[in-house]
Amino acid sequence: MAHLSPTPILDAAEDRTMILNMGPQHPSTHGVLRLLLEIDGEQVVRMVPDIGFLHTGIEKTCEAKFYQQVVPLTDRIDYLCPMVNNLCYVLAVEKLLGMEIPPRAQWIRVMLAELQRISSHLVWLGTHALDMGAMSVFLYCFREREELLKIYEMVSGQRMMTSYFRIGGLALDPPLGFFEAVKRFLTTFPEKIDEYESLLTGNFIWIDRLKGVAHLSAEDAIAMGVTGPSLRASGVDWDLRRDIPYSGYQNFKFKVPVSQDGDVWARYLCRIQELRQSREIAKQALEGLPEGPTKADAPKVVLPDREKMKTEMEALIYHFKIVTEGFTVPAGEVYQAIESPRGEMGYYAVSDGTGKPMRVHMRSPSYANLQALSKMCEGRLIADVVAAIGSIDIVLGEIDR
Amino acid sequence: MPLAPAITDIEQLKDHPAIAALLSWNKDAVRGVRWDRDELSIWVAREFIREACVLLRDRGVVNFLSDLTCADYYPRDPRFELAYQLLSHKRKEFVRLKVSLTGEDAVVESMTSVWPAANFFEREIFDLFGVRFLGHPNLRRIMLPESWEGHPLRKDYPVEGYR
Repeated sequence: MAHLSPTPILDAAEDRTMILNMGPQHPSTHGVLRLLLEIDGEQVVRMVPDIGFLHTGIEKTCEAKFYQQVVPLTDRIDYLCPMVNNLCYVLAVEKLLGMEIPPRAQWIRVMLAELQRISSHLVWLGTHALDMGAMSVFLYCFREREELLKIYEMVSGQRMMTSYFRIGGLALDPPLGFFEAVKRFLTTFPEKIDEYESLLTGNFIWIDRLKGVAHLSAEDAIAMGVTGPSLRASGVDWDLRRDIPYSGYQNFKFKVPVSQDGDVWARYLCRIQELRQSREIAKQALEGLPEGPTKADAPKVVLPDREKMKTEMEALIYHFKIVTEGFTVPAGEVYQAIESPRGEMGYYAVSDGTGKPMRVHMRSPSYANLQALSKMCEGRLIADVVAAIGSIDIVLGEIDR
Repeated sequence: MPLAPAITDIEQLKDHPAIAALLSWNKDAVRGVRWDRDELSIWVAREFIREACVLLRDRGVVNFLSDLTCADYYPRDPRFELAYQLLSHKRKEFVRLKVSLTGEDAVVESMTSVWPAANFFEREIFDLFGVRFLGHPNLRRIMLPESWEGHPLRKDYPVEGYR
């Protein structure tokens, strides 16, 4: 938030160049990102991102909450895939507790995380195409996203801020009709992807705008901390779901799309193929869904069922204690990383043995990916800046936290 | 499943590539190790942290800086602990390097020359904890306005009342 700063972030180095301010209120910055562009004619000489406009101090707020109360905060970090953030946080706390999660809960978590990846990628595709001037794709993408939001509403009662995962499992078993709805969506979805591709992949204007734009080499991507589809589009075959599996991902078969080109076009193709792979994983999770409980057997951590509370004294006591004073977590620190739609989402949690976390840090993929933006844009045209921003798929909520 | 007790004995862990590389380079650099919940933490002396990262990167033990953050253990001294989450794409493993810093002298060498990714992470720590990084190209606040006073993620930062 340098508008209050005594010294300017960026000064024109020469007389030929000028400073162009882009954002924070700019439709193609996907939130409140401010970019300072030093331009020479139409060419970008330097670019400096300025962030912090959405900073709400979530990490500080976490320190005043019980462990379970942090889950709703994690929704607000990356609002396009709240369940992926919930998943990462609950996995981190479960690791701190040394807790075993029943397979049914793990499978449903994977299924929902993949559906979230699809809905997040749909927002990316729609807005990215909108930035590039292809308006109708947006409407097609949001048509399918609407179906997904209805599915999230079925399990959690909320379309966006779901908070459905609990430390130790799920809030409830999914309601009647949920699996049918997921199945219906997954059956019809591949032809919808074909539809998007028929609008874009062979479109000459689209290819011209994307091919060879905002190139990023594999070495630069690794040095800059880029992760996710942007890293894979630069030719690095790395996916945490496959390479360091969590939440039972080792039981699913899927391909990791990789491209060698490193430009906006490669990132587009990687994400489109990820849509198909995510659908594959969700389908496997649906078909192989094991029976059993959706909560871990840990009465001091997991809230008891409503029925038990009416019949068992202990259940009532545990419920009262968990709600009023939380549960204690053994002292220690963990770093749990998962593959969010944007890249490596990591939660670094430190416990001091009390009922509230001592420190929760979110390593958000967009925050690191944003650093590569300057590298992608410098020396290129202003019009390509919009393509580059769209291609790294940033969410300002998780950058500023 | 109860938690396995943490291993802090360096003799038991010295076969790990990261620890072996650091020990063969400089025994004084390693201040302590901890294997806890399937994660390895290595405490590195403050003056060696940058060189230790260069060494681990050049020997191919790790190649990626995933995350860099800080935690405030106030009122304990040294109060700050920096945590560098390093990742090896080849070995598919995370290694955490840790550096302890005292409150009066919260300064450490910047990692931006090793991994440019550290740029934003270090600015965030500077902004929210007040830890300074020597050699950082642009060490200024990133989340808060430049006119902000104090560092909110410190434990002694007031959370209620007037500042």
